[in-house]
Amino acid sequence: MSEITDRGYARPDALVSTDWVQKHASDPGVRIIESNEDILLYSTGHVAGAVHVDWTNDLNDQLRRDYITKPGFERLMSRIGVAPETTVVFYGDKSNWWACYAFWVFQLFGHTSAKVMDGGRVKWEKEGRPLTKDVPHFPPTTYRAPERDDSTVRAFRDDVLKHLAGKKPLVDVRSPEEFTGQRLHMPNYPNEGALRGGHIPGAKNIPWSMAVHPDSGEFKTADELKTIYAEEGGFKPDQEIIAYCRIGERSSLTWFVLTYLLGYKKVRNYDGSWTEWGNLVNVPIEK
Amino acid sequence: MSSDNHIPEKLRHLLATLDGIYDTGERVALLVDFAKRFTPVPSGIAERPYPESHRVPFCESEAYVWAVPSAEGTLKFHFAVENPSGVSAKALAAILDATLSGTPVDQVAAVTPDIVTRIFRQNISMGKGMGLMGMVQRVQSLARAHAAAARP
Repeated sequence: MSEITDRGYARPDALVSTDWVQKHASDPGVRIIESNEDILLYSTGHVAGAVHVDWTNDLNDQLRRDYITKPGFERLMSRIGVAPETTVVFYGDKSNWWACYAFWVFQLFGHTSAKVMDGGRVKWEKEGRPLTKDVPHFPPTTYRAPERDDSTVRAFRDDVLKHLAGKKPLVDVRSPEEFTGQRLHMPNYPNEGALRGGHIPGAKNIPWSMAVHPDSGEFKTADELKTIYAEEGGFKPDQEIIAYCRIGERSSLTWFVLTYLLGYKKVRNYDGSWTEWGNLVNVPIEK
Repeated sequence: MSSDNHIPEKLRHLLATLDGIYDTGERVALLVDFAKRFTPVPSGIAERPYPESHRVPFCESEAYVWAVPSAEGTLKFHFAVENPSGVSAKALAAILDATLSGTPVDQVAAVTPDIVTRIFRQNISMGKGMGLMGMVQRVQSLARAHAAAARP
């Protein structure tokens, strides 16, 4: 792949290379954060100096289906030694699904000095870069976060209903089988978290994986992404767009692509996603 | 735990151990140890490309399962996990092999996929949970089929 700065992204500063991370991992103004789907992966080896942020234990409220609130975020930042001015760099497995999810949650608290490592953990490993099992410890910080802002980059079901009524665009980033409702459950399993299959009416299906190269996990160039989202998908940079998947992790990646790589201004992630919509009573569904 | 009576002894003991670990780091360390013990299916049993008929459906770690009958009427379970990042799948494969291989098949057939939640707690995504449960379900299905075939 070409250099990140040569790919034509709207916000190239939001993406860094594996080289950049290796050079800056011990920079005191930078905190590398690994966030994975597989909770065991960090313990098997990680980028030197990288802290682990687990999406279930660290980012989610432990009682409600919601994210941590201001005090929880402040505690997390203090624990991983992040100050308001620290640049956080996320990477992880699954082509950075969970890294983008953590990045997105950090934006709910306005931590804008944030980046994603292009290609994630797979690229780092494929390049033979070093991993360590040493868990770093940083002096706790005093972090004063603003109240969580759910209005800018997050959508709730009522927002989706209004969006739908206004015939505004939605992007469903799940697989075609999930989008059409063909895949709802495994044999002998009651369900996959939703009672109904299909998609939100009017949503266009652009699977998250379209945005990354399957081998390297790197994001495609801006021109390639424009072809996928603007030319083929019909999404325009000034439109209000809501992205969703099953629980909001894959759509975080698409939200990142639209917002930072293509410069779309009004993209929100519906983290309730299909596990909420597919269980709601009396909402419209298409197959 | 009385409700665990249907679970084979070795697995029951492991679950009891895991139930008693409240520290997440300690639990993760134990599971990573299992993942390190994972041994892929020997070439004498199967070779790449592995047949789709052995693949665990919806498992994103690309797990495969084989069951080889023994003279005693039990099964030896073998696994492949093709995704190098599939550490949880490797840990579960090692656990299933260590606790269910050589166990009477009717006992293995009684093991249900909900053990995945007890092993990994709630700290797994729905997608990963489905894949891991699929591994248990495949082991259960193989044991049931073997038990049925062995009946007179």
